[in-house]
Amino acid sequence: MSVNIVYFAWVRERIGKGSEVIDVPASVATVGDLIAHLATLGEEYEAAFQMPGVIRAAIDQEHVEHSEPIGSAREIALFPPMTGG
Amino acid sequence: MPAPVPVTVRIQAADFDIAAEIAAMTAGRTGIGAVVTFSGLCRDDGGRLESLELEHYPGMAEKAITSIAETAVARFSLNAITAIHRHGRIAPGGNIVLVLAAAPHRRAAFEGAEFLMDYLKTEAPFWKKEHLKDGSSGDWVSAKDADDAARERWRKDS
Repeated sequence: MSVNIVYFAWVRERIGKGSEVIDVPASVATVGDLIAHLATLGEEYEAAFQMPGVIRAAIDQEHVEHSEPIGSAREIALFPPMTGG
Repeated sequence: MPAPVPVTVRIQAADFDIAAEIAAMTAGRTGIGAVVTFSGLCRDDGGRLESLELEHYPGMAEKAITSIAETAVARFSLNAITAIHRHGRIAPGGNIVLVLAAAPHRRAAFEGAEFLMDYLKTEAPFWKKEHLKDGSSGDWVSAKDADDAARERWRKDS
């Protein structure tokens, strides 16, 4: 399954792109699995996801936990804790 | 049936005019007895900041703030609520965020504005990056535990 992944803030900077389409292996069931998979894709991904516990996620623009199944997500966003306001 | 409560949410690069926003919110709504205004500004702690760059997740930022605003309206029986958040580069002293909460009486208006800000800080997808006067990029601003604690307070009260 291919999914559009979007990155923000220092996650985006470390990976070097704001979005990409990733072909997700069948073994990836949850958001947490996806982050672990991405971390294996190269140095820049390893740098972005070296502390997976701090990464926040949204599926189709709704906040989700790392335990959330990816299901039929169209867009998954990965980003640091938010600092607006 | 009462008219729906106006919830105004905008994400924009341009500055906002606080007086004009209050006038637009209150015009014709004579049931409003209290408007609480919160504005957040770009702060320079050490005299080294050239600007803050506000990055956001288009689409989700609007949705997240609208959802928080609608929850605030229901919880505090507000007459109207407005939230405007800027993006892009903002120099020290410039406006970043505006929240207006209107209610018949002051307590609901104060609480509505504070509730919206506490949730916005921790759930609206915005990130701040520092740009320094020496031309370098500083750090991404870190999230504060105090902001999470401020939001959790509302969960205990409910």
